[in-house]
Amino acid sequence: MSVTESFIGKDLVGLEHLNSQQILNILDTAESFKEISDRKIKKVPVLRGKTIVNLFFEPSTRTRISFEFAEKRLSADTVNISSKGSSVVKGETLVDFARNLEAMRIDMVVMRHGSSGAAKFLAERIPSMVINAGDGSHEHPTQALLDMLTIRDQIGYIEGLKICIVGDILHSRVARSNVYGLLNLGAEVAVCGPRTLLPADISKLGVTVFQRIEEAIEWADVLNVLRLQLERMEGGYIPSLREYNRVWGVSRDRLDCAPKDLLIMHPGPMNRGVEIDSDVADGPHSVILDQVTNGVAVRMAVLYLLAGGEPNTAEDAKKGLKE
Amino acid sequence: MKRPLLIRNGRVLDPSQNFDSQVDILILDGSIAFKGENIKAPEDAQEIDASGLLVTPGLIDVHVHFREPGGEHKETIATGARAAGAGGFTAVCAMPNTNPVVDDPAGVGFVIAQATSAKAARVYPLGSISLGQKGNQLAAIGEMVDAGAVGITDDGNPVMNSGLMRRAMEYAQAFDIPVADHPEDLSLSGQGVMNEGLVSTRLGLRGKPNASEDIHIIRDLLLAELTGGRIHIQHVSTAYGVEEIRKAKARGVRVTAEASPHHLVLTDEEVENYNTDAKMNPPLRSSSDRKAVRQGLADGTLCVIATDHAPHHYDEKEQAFDDAPNGIVGLETSLGVLLTHLVRKDVIDLPTLVDRMSCAPARAFGIPGGTLSDGSIGDVTIIDLEDSWVVDKSSFLSKSHNTPFHGWDLKGRAKFTIVGGEIVWKLDT
Amino acid sequence: MDEQAVLRAVSRMARQLVEQNDGPSGLILLGIQRRGVQIANLIQSEIQRAEDVAVPLGTLDITLYRDDLIAIGPRPVVGESSLPPEGIDDRVVVLVDDVLFTGRTVRAALNELMDWGRPARVFLCVLVDRGQREIPIHPDVVGREVSVLPSQTVNVSVPEIDGKLAVDVVTIPMEAV
Repeated sequence: MSVTESFIGKDLVGLEHLNSQQILNILDTAESFKEISDRKIKKVPVLRGKTIVNLFFEPSTRTRISFEFAEKRLSADTVNISSKGSSVVKGETLVDFARNLEAMRIDMVVMRHGSSGAAKFLAERIPSMVINAGDGSHEHPTQALLDMLTIRDQIGYIEGLKICIVGDILHSRVARSNVYGLLNLGAEVAVCGPRTLLPADISKLGVTVFQRIEEAIEWADVLNVLRLQLERMEGGYIPSLREYNRVWGVSRDRLDCAPKDLLIMHPGPMNRGVEIDSDVADGPHSVILDQVTNGVAVRMAVLYLLAGGEPNTAEDAKKGLKE
Repeated sequence: MKRPLLIRNGRVLDPSQNFDSQVDILILDGSIAFKGENIKAPEDAQEIDASGLLVTPGLIDVHVHFREPGGEHKETIATGARAAGAGGFTAVCAMPNTNPVVDDPAGVGFVIAQATSAKAARVYPLGSISLGQKGNQLAAIGEMVDAGAVGITDDGNPVMNSGLMRRAMEYAQAFDIPVADHPEDLSLSGQGVMNEGLVSTRLGLRGKPNASEDIHIIRDLLLAELTGGRIHIQHVSTAYGVEEIRKAKARGVRVTAEASPHHLVLTDEEVENYNTDAKMNPPLRSSSDRKAVRQGLADGTLCVIATDHAPHHYDEKEQAFDDAPNGIVGLETSLGVLLTHLVRKDVIDLPTLVDRMSCAPARAFGIPGGTLSDGSIGDVTIIDLEDSWVVDKSSFLSKSHNTPFHGWDLKGRAKFTIVGGEIVWKLDT
Repeated sequence: MDEQAVLRAVSRMARQLVEQNDGPSGLILLGIQRRGVQIANLIQSEIQRAEDVAVPLGTLDITLYRDDLIAIGPRPVVGESSLPPEGIDDRVVVLVDDVLFTGRTVRAALNELMDWGRPARVFLCVLVDRGQREIPIHPDVVGREVSVLPSQTVNVSVPEIDGKLAVDVVTIPMEAV
């Protein structure tokens, strides 16, 4: 029985500090897990007896369901906690809440939180494994992993590909995780969106910046179109949804001008007619539903790899990487 | 009559008189009596052998938050004044953003009463600019000055209304006090929690651009010019801000300005790993801003070093970065940090450091001290420049331990802090 | 055992399988990842040669059914489980592995098999039985029984992975024990 070459540590907080070996290890493992979801009995006993808490301080349907399927297909026992029903809103601090969970002897926490750095904060304070299901505008590693798995499935490789992330980069954890992961795997990465929604110094991360969608379409092999949060209008970032669609929307007409066919991705949920037009979302080069399928496989892979991870902390793992 | 105090054989450095020589100092009845060689001690005098030590006018920190009333779990006036003594400070200026806000003479009187009973560093209160620091109408500025306030500020909740700021600067002139401002355009800062730049982008934290500070620095300078009033700009952190203050000084605007130890030593890289002990307002900036702040300190554009000592209880800082409050404690680390990282690295020389930590702050707020001239108050700091030590936050006298300097190796710290001729702090070694 | 010896053993195993089942129809060969897969391939071509019937072939990866996953720390690579398209219900499934030792691998394979369907019967067919079982599991068809010391290990080599076809008994160096 051969053994993986690299461990991903105690937790999965983000992709910034993972190396390409570790990322590829997760993608390869996910590849093997895809088939389980096609079985008649979609369940293997690998996490039997493990207790996993899905701790969602922000509403999320897709990510939570995807994690829950992944956990259940690996036979883990799961508990879902969302902020509405929990005491965190009543003034209990995150760390007290987590310690209470810990006292009930859990094994893993999958957490979504509105504050950047919250997953790392938790991971440093409890011995349970922590998987970041999105922290503020920081990272959403499993989403980027499933995006990369989908690109690799469709095109066969990632190194050297030109991938452009389109939309609200400023507030997007999906964008950051994709940038880190794709750059680690040797892709060329660009971002495109109105300047109000691009973070400061983004180009210093090593990405190209396009202010117009036409330029991005001409350049890219893959477009990853982000959801435009509707509250960005009230924040004064964009004038109107209509204008956003006119200027930055991914439409059939615009894609027809491209020198080649582009792979179209979207992390969901889509605003049809805002950031992406329906005929693109439902078009022949859209792989949006493949992304959803791959999400379960990627999350199974991460759960599997972490559950057998080294008994060291995330800190040790990161130190090891730096050395 | 207090017992006389004779400080023997120290290197006496007093930039206010361009004095630097090895002499004895005699303090009689709380005041500097005279300096000279081989002073004959009065019979009942207490003596300090300061051989090999540096004797300076007492250090003054014009920007501290002592949290009392309303935040006594973080700090009290007594614990804060003792922490100040341990850091070599003989006097501090307490910010009025307590709960309730110090916006009337009773509030000022309370701070003075608490400070008097603490018997540590002197505490000079600042009153608020606006009632309740709400930015709508002026607080009882004249009455607060009568009660002992040495300046006014809405630090912690800065005045956005430029019209009100103009009135404050005009009104304050009758009392010859500075108006101290925390320069920040809150609409530009938005939800920002750190400096806007590559680090904030990487960490996914919302940034505050330098411009949010710069715009209000320029506003304050223009209003000072318009009104002829005294403006004291707090904790300047940007290169552009330093340059604008330099230009305003050159054309005669009555401005004094602060640099904080953390802005002089750290950059926004410190926030890496979401270190909430590197979260403060204004935020740690880029290395080019740090360089400009250092230059401003060296050339006197920023004539005052102030710590912005901002204690917070550990569990308040033990939160996700967005949720943690701004501020760090500074009283017990600033001298060592600056001796080690500015003086020993030749960013500024020793007389400049003493001037910025003692003489200039006294002048800026018109408070006694900042000099060892004969007849001035007997506030003296005796510093061991060679003492190597490691910052251990658990040994702080401050109630709070929120410092980014924990574990730092430093060289130099206060050995004796003397207030009005009485030793309020002595380093046990 | 050299290549010839292994091939002779495989040929006999194929014959026994067909004999015990009254012919090759209804059989499914499932090789356990990794080297059981190659042994199953060899058996299949042997049956093909003798009976002119292509017995359906599949593979089984038991990684996710191991009972020692947490203990072994770093995660083993998960291999592929692929079953013949007709499924395993009501068929005679022949589990094929290279070495039978503690029996735990077979236990895991049986559990996995039950999640896939309901075979009419399960046969266990191993190239080498080295004894020292920890679970009451018995093979139906054995290539060769060998008795080895606990300090020894049985290495099966197959061309696809190891470049040769052979069975060797190796003494584990002391420092590795």
